[in-house]
Amino acid sequence: MVSAARIPEQGAAIDHRFIDEIRAATAGESRLEQCIQCGTCGGSCPSAADMVHTPRMLFAMARAGFREDVLRSNTPWMCVSCYFCSVRCPQEIHIPDVMYAIKAIATREGVAPESTGADFSRTFVDNIHRYGRSFEVGLVARHYLRHYPFRLPGIAPMGVGMVTKGRMGFVPHRIRGVAGLRAILARAGELEAAGLGRVGRP
Amino acid sequence: MSSYLYYPGCSLSGSARAYAESLAAILAPLGIELREIDDWNCCGATEYLTLSPLRGYALIGRNLALAERQRNGTSTLVAPCSACYANLAKTDRYVRDSAVLREQLNGALAADGLRYTPGSITVRHLLEVLIEDVGLDELERHVTRPLHGLRVAPYLGCLVSRPDYDGRWSRHEQPHELDRLMTALGAEVVDFPLRTACCGGHMTQISPNTGFELIRRLVDAADRCEADLLVTVCPMCQMNIDAYQGEMNHHFRTSYHVPILFFTQLIGLAFGLDPKALGIGTEIVSAHRALGRIGIEVPVAEEEAVPAGHAAREGRRAPRPQRLPMPRLDEDDR
Repeated sequence: MVSAARIPEQGAAIDHRFIDEIRAATAGESRLEQCIQCGTCGGSCPSAADMVHTPRMLFAMARAGFREDVLRSNTPWMCVSCYFCSVRCPQEIHIPDVMYAIKAIATREGVAPESTGADFSRTFVDNIHRYGRSFEVGLVARHYLRHYPFRLPGIAPMGVGMVTKGRMGFVPHRIRGVAGLRAILARAGELEAAGLGRVGRP
Repeated sequence: MSSYLYYPGCSLSGSARAYAESLAAILAPLGIELREIDDWNCCGATEYLTLSPLRGYALIGRNLALAERQRNGTSTLVAPCSACYANLAKTDRYVRDSAVLREQLNGALAADGLRYTPGSITVRHLLEVLIEDVGLDELERHVTRPLHGLRVAPYLGCLVSRPDYDGRWSRHEQPHELDRLMTALGAEVVDFPLRTACCGGHMTQISPNTGFELIRRLVDAADRCEADLLVTVCPMCQMNIDAYQGEMNHHFRTSYHVPILFFTQLIGLAFGLDPKALGIGTEIVSAHRALGRIGIEVPVAEEEAVPAGHAAREGRRAPRPQRLPMPRLDEDDR
């Protein structure tokens, strides 16, 4: 288990509009304001043990306006997007989507917690911009070299196995329409920057 | 001959090559034609949604728009990868539900002259198509080498039966579709309680100890059920449990050996097809012994210098960690 959850100290900056900011940044309807603090989410979560705050606590903090603490929490980064919480939530809150929204805000503001998660996402997305497809070898190799160099000897036999069994291509496939794809993503970025806060409203 | 639009996803030409090969092998006998979407792009897994939800949806939306443009008598889009399936289905559902998201998504797609009409494409997972459209009776009719005696743990993973906004699956947590399919092939389906538990997704990359624990739970549960192997419908699940099982064993000082194959590979075997043509042998945790038990000869991989007698069921079982199966981090990870 991780150490005891850190409760924000009294006097910390409070942002009462933070819950609305999250709701607005969530695609679809988040229903976050409907949380009844039952804890079904954390009880259903396969990685809750590694979270500093359970989802329930994170949502209470968001509602109380502890913006900074929510954005710096490791909880959204430990979410594995398995949707157990969301199908069990009696209030039908779209929990994984809320986690994506919190991660996006935290990444944009550069306050994501010490985690290789944001970096992994960036590497993954870089490959998409470059090729239009994922490039498994480049992704895993770059990520391991940067973050787990000491693990490389341990993982080497697996890598060799993947290569000899023809499961790792060393030449990425580039789609023909990669320029068009980049234009779409750039436009989406502009729309998001201009209208952030509109994505979520049905 | 039934025809479908097809979105293979990136891993089918890489780590999940065996899934693509075995799928290709069973299409002809089943009379299915898959028409790959021309110039499709990566669905972004969960990574793009993490950094920028709208760009994430635009990325997925481009595939839906291309599929809509290439509709020709069919509007059903089949995805074999659970993550791709969940992303495509969820995006279609969200743009149907939200006028604002619809407007923004199409605003972005317009940058490359594309547009998506919500609901014009029906996204379905390959498993559902085989069960609902082909049907278990038809599948059973093609079985020439029933998998009698093979104990299979049906592992569906997360993203097929959840979030399931369109109610396509029997249950969210313990769906029985894969069990029924395996039974039709003659396999013995074990009562595997973790059939929709998480394989860890990208946790093996961003928080390895979290990922190893999730993998351990799955292989341990399969081992306790005395399953010969796990069967999966998802490239990510296959990759985590197969490729990272060794590192997981190293981490926990265990010696589990639980192979995991794609359901299309087992369908192909039951149809009497050549194991090599089904990508059998490309798994890291070899299924050689498991399949040998039911008389299916498969190519031996080089790492299988296994001590004699290990093939006996008793010998297969990994030593148990001397503690309760609870989540736990090492001291230095606190």
